[in-house]
Amino acid sequence: MVLSKTASQTDVSVHSTFASRYVRNSLPRFKMPEESIPKEAAYQIINDELMLDGNPRLNLASFVTTWMEPECDKLIMDAVNKNYVDMDEYPVTTELQNRCVNMIAHLFNAPLGDSETAVGVGTVGSSEAIMLAGLAFKRKWQNKRKAEGKPYDKPNIVTGANVQVCWEKFARYFEVELKEVKLREGYYVMDPAKAVDMVDENTICVAAILGSTLNGEFEDVKLLNDLLLEKNKETGWDTPIHVDAASGGFIAPFLYPELEWDFRLPLVKSINVSGHKYGLVYAGIGWVIWRNKEDLPEELIFHINYLGADQPTFTLNFSKGSSQVIAQYYQLIRLGYEGYRNVMENCHENAMVLKRGLEKTGRFNIVSKDEGVPLVAFSLKDNKRHDEFEIAEMLRRFGWIVPAYTMPADAQHVTVLRVVIREDFSRTLAERLVMDIEKVLHELDTLPAKVNAKLAMAEEENGKNGTVKKTAIETQREITTYWKKYVNDRKTNKNKIC
Amino acid sequence: MVLSKTASQSDVSVHSTFASRYVRDALPRFKMPENSIPKEAAFQIINDELMLDGNPRLNLASFVTTWMEPECDKLIMDSINKNYVDMDEYPVTTELQNRCVNMIAHLFNAPLGDGEAAVGVGTVGSSEAIMLAGLAFKRKWQNKRKAEGKPYDKPNIVTGANVQVCWEKFARYFEVELKEVKLREDYYVMDPVKAVEMVDENTICVAAILGSTLNGEFEDVKLLNDLLTEKNKETGWDTPIHVDAASGGFIAPFLYPELEWDFRLPLVKSINVSGHKYGLVYAGIGWVIWRSKEDLPEELIFHINYLGADQPTFTLNFSKGSSQVIAQYYQLIRLGYEGYRNVMENCHGNAMVLKEGLEKTGRFNIVSKDHGVPLVAFSLKDNKRHDEFEISDMLRRFGWIVPAYTMPADAQHITVLRVVIREDFSRTLAERLVIDIEKVLHELDTLPAKINAKLAIAEEAESQTGSVKKTDIETQREVMAYWKKYVSERKSNKNKIC
Repeated sequence: MVLSKTASQTDVSVHSTFASRYVRNSLPRFKMPEESIPKEAAYQIINDELMLDGNPRLNLASFVTTWMEPECDKLIMDAVNKNYVDMDEYPVTTELQNRCVNMIAHLFNAPLGDSETAVGVGTVGSSEAIMLAGLAFKRKWQNKRKAEGKPYDKPNIVTGANVQVCWEKFARYFEVELKEVKLREGYYVMDPAKAVDMVDENTICVAAILGSTLNGEFEDVKLLNDLLLEKNKETGWDTPIHVDAASGGFIAPFLYPELEWDFRLPLVKSINVSGHKYGLVYAGIGWVIWRNKEDLPEELIFHINYLGADQPTFTLNFSKGSSQVIAQYYQLIRLGYEGYRNVMENCHENAMVLKRGLEKTGRFNIVSKDEGVPLVAFSLKDNKRHDEFEIAEMLRRFGWIVPAYTMPADAQHVTVLRVVIREDFSRTLAERLVMDIEKVLHELDTLPAKVNAKLAMAEEENGKNGTVKKTAIETQREITTYWKKYVNDRKTNKNKIC
Repeated sequence: MVLSKTASQSDVSVHSTFASRYVRDALPRFKMPENSIPKEAAFQIINDELMLDGNPRLNLASFVTTWMEPECDKLIMDSINKNYVDMDEYPVTTELQNRCVNMIAHLFNAPLGDGEAAVGVGTVGSSEAIMLAGLAFKRKWQNKRKAEGKPYDKPNIVTGANVQVCWEKFARYFEVELKEVKLREDYYVMDPVKAVEMVDENTICVAAILGSTLNGEFEDVKLLNDLLTEKNKETGWDTPIHVDAASGGFIAPFLYPELEWDFRLPLVKSINVSGHKYGLVYAGIGWVIWRSKEDLPEELIFHINYLGADQPTFTLNFSKGSSQVIAQYYQLIRLGYEGYRNVMENCHGNAMVLKEGLEKTGRFNIVSKDHGVPLVAFSLKDNKRHDEFEISDMLRRFGWIVPAYTMPADAQHITVLRVVIREDFSRTLAERLVIDIEKVLHELDTLPAKINAKLAIAEEAESQTGSVKKTDIETQREVMAYWKKYVSERKSNKNKIC
């Protein structure tokens, strides 16, 4: 027997993973394998394939936190096997959630007495939070209409066309009509006057966004509140407001404390915020706060028997991890007002550095405002030869993930690139990004435009077939039509922004 | 200046946490603190408070996984900052989810061709999975009724009264009526005959449970399928079945492969399973699989522009962590059929050890069956002096968390204790639990019954006030009435089981 055969029959655990047969077999994709494999091999194979994912810290598309302190990472790992919903078994974790709810409610100036407990809940994200808030509005409105003996089968919600996709999900899944206020060039948020115009007797609430996904702008909730108050006086419909503060909820209180957007405005009945955006926690935590008990219909609350104790709950998800709740509490007490303010000021300052760097190139219009979520949205002054999508693709080569997308109706002709400044995006990275964008611009300048390339190809083909050559104008029209159709197809799929 | 004053003015970071002032200050509960505190202090304070939570591994109430291999823990921690929904940025993670969906679909014998992609999605848990499945049924039924020109405003769903609370949530939040088949003593699951009787033209689906929460029993899905097929022939309503295999979905294929409960039955259109129960992953992952594309109405699927690519999604949650999806894939390829089978056989073996140990005490009736989810549900043969709730309370002293609860209607007079056998509950722990239960029984035997104690107190109070002594019977009746009221109040809150 040859020596090598004996070697391969030795105990599998002797082989280092890369010497074993496990890296030679193709990994199952459709069906579970019949046999087990060693844990080291499983770990290595999965870890290696995941190397081809993008680097979360260079993912400038997302608002969601990508870095936390090692101390918090330790708390997270220690709690990874705690099922959050086991409230009776983990009373301290449950209490930490309650403390977070109270702290965030006070942050939003909820009208609470001194030791009155806030009404709110931790969720998996703002999607769940918005669905819960929307459900509460829908049920409250239905009850009111039933009491008035009026029809209650056509509820609607008024928002801007810039809403994040979860509002459309809420509308579609919970059978509420979505009445969108269209945008226009240069005005990329919901116009409060138009919104109030669209309110009718079937409107369950008007949803304003503090920190629009597209360009980070804060909508004028105070103006909306004032206009809606007037309309309510006339109509007696008592239409309330919900503020989707997914991004802005942890920015405005620290950078713009005098801005009135929260429960200080009487018509605001509920607010949602993403703990995993500027709450500075990893993905998987959101919060929804109601003004007071009356705004959350009792019939939506479930009283469950969890291990012999009565537990009131109002969530869509049941079992889920506890780590993010604990991490949120860590951040709230570790940082305090002081720490959050410092982080937000840093983000804002770094956003300004990036903005000025881009302006200096002379090639971009800045679409985002200085006040709002710290991000920079920009579009090319001239995008006829190369557009923003090409810049986004080329930046990937450097490792940066910078998204490009078109605005929703009625501003679909505007395309922007958007860089979100998170806590862990330092000034050094901002300067480096500017340099890399300049490199990309230089390179694109040397490349022919895609339209011209197609034109050249078409001419070449015509020459080969020997058909009568069309005039240059005709060919160019043909190409332009083809190109426009291509771009439009891509654009129609781009209606829903995240 | 006294030396001690100078010392306390030294740089705060010099002090060890327990020497610093941070452990003397009360931790904020209602409002965010103004100032930051050092990260070590934040970690220590939170970590210490969490020591008072129950130990997840001794939480015998929960089906949810509480232990994973360290290699998997490492994968989890490495991906903690990846937002799952960023599909374009993390394409490998997205593909891992797709592979899991396919593997689980094949595990459930979905009728797929070679290389055909399965229809399914990863969720945060079975709650979300059930809501998605229910939504699909509701929408499909509504479309069918609209096409027939019939009213579609009163959809209902037929289940057993033993359903987990998430079905009631689905019913209440999505405005579907829940028609529950009542249980009876010794029959604690849904009776297929009664269920089929309750089906009417407004029934969007019948939901069967593989692994009832109360006693781990598998419902007879095959019988339900056969009876419903007959009824559908008569009525032409085409009522489908959904199988809630939250617990059983990862048990039946390995322990009882010949049991027909999944897509092998033609009326089964969707199945949900909890990855975080016997899928052997930490809390936060569930799966829902549809039989085929036709069973998931296209209008529910959102096509979002995520970073320029079209992504079809059908979930309630949006942003969430990636760790659990990666962990599920790890388990599927690490263990394979062989590994899962071994784990389930071990669980079953240890459940039998516990059951035999309890039977040997001679004090308990075993309410759970051998066939089903590996758990042991048992009740006292004689619970007049001390009941199951007291046993549960006393076991806590040893660190064990064993829940006691009453059955739902119509078997509310039955109280059970339930121990769930998870992967990490070894035989040694099973034997130790039996020993501790015996200790508890001995101790309770020495204690007077609570009624007798109240009787004694009442007698004493009367002799002190000098009023006319009531007869023994009268006093005992008074006390019994009080006691019954107390127990009834506790029971009425215990309708919803988890």
